[in-house]
Amino acid sequence: MNLVELVAHVQGLTAIAIGIIIGLGALGACLGIAIMGSKFLESAARQPELVPLLQGRMFLLAGLIDAAFIIGLAVALLFAFSNPLIAALKVAVGG
Amino acid sequence: MATEPQGGLTEYIQHHLHHNTVQLGNGPFMSIHLDSLVVSFALGLLFCLWFWLKARKATSGVPSKGQAFVELIVEFVDTQVKDTFHGDRRTVTPLALSIFMWVTFMNTMDLLPLDAPGMAIRAMGGAEMAHHTFFRWVPTADINTTIGLALCVFFIVIGHGMKAKGTLGFGKELVTAPFHAHNPIVRLVLVPANLGLNIIEYLSKPVSLAMRLFGNMYGGELVFMLIAGLFAGWISFLPGVLFNTAWAIFHILIILLQAFIFMMLTIVYIATAHEHH
Repeated sequence: MNLVELVAHVQGLTAIAIGIIIGLGALGACLGIAIMGSKFLESAARQPELVPLLQGRMFLLAGLIDAAFIIGLAVALLFAFSNPLIAALKVAVGG
Repeated sequence: MATEPQGGLTEYIQHHLHHNTVQLGNGPFMSIHLDSLVVSFALGLLFCLWFWLKARKATSGVPSKGQAFVELIVEFVDTQVKDTFHGDRRTVTPLALSIFMWVTFMNTMDLLPLDAPGMAIRAMGGAEMAHHTFFRWVPTADINTTIGLALCVFFIVIGHGMKAKGTLGFGKELVTAPFHAHNPIVRLVLVPANLGLNIIEYLSKPVSLAMRLFGNMYGGELVFMLIAGLFAGWISFLPGVLFNTAWAIFHILIILLQAFIFMMLTIVYIATAHEHH
């Protein structure tokens, strides 16, 4: 196999990996935010006097839920724009 | 290399992912990211200077607008500490305030134009020098900065645990919690499991703190780079400005939220270090 084929192989697998990282991460983060938001609205409707207290905690938890997804997004974008696997391949081939 | 596109978006982003690195010795460990260090220390000094000037001129009479703003921040942080941590908070509130303000300052560098340092270097030293000089001015988008911060928090938390329980009590809790037993033999059997769980628990704290802040800022910076790279050129100037503005407005939320989360988790870790099992 020449270098072009090897690089294309790595790039194809990387593209699939990027899709999985972003897709599954977004799925989890969206479900988490949705469940928390619905619970927040439920409790706000039941006890409106607790809204200021709950709102702060909701934002804190939104940040925590989002964090794993955004870390995944950063890793996926790193693989999309400066793929370390291709750099390793080039070193191995000696190109 | 013919297999990879040269120039264009990929090269633009790769160029902007380089740090201004100074090599002190052999190997990747002995290199320093000069840009992160200089910007973070400058911002820390700016924060100290600002709050020191306001505190020096503080009056108990009618406060100026600047003093009222500083008081607002200090009271906000102090309320958060008071709600979470029950004990002597003379050192905890200043720690939380420094973390919150410093991380906010460093994250806010993300909102400044991405290419401004490059343009300044180009104006002073020409295009050739600008191409070989790297400068990233968001310190928290560098994992070394966030790991440094998280390690400091880690040692402070251990220090609080030792102070609250004594060095012996802290060591005893490492091997007797979370699984308790009254029989001395069973207790001895449980020591490896307890110690292993505690070590994992303690080590996961700084790692998650550092990775959360770094991932958010790095992701945000990459999206800015993507927008700037995709909309480079005169025709797409206006859409680029619009997209950058939209992302920047959304990013303000992330900037403040991540600083707040870093501060809150520090307080929560310190509070749990004081709890007896």
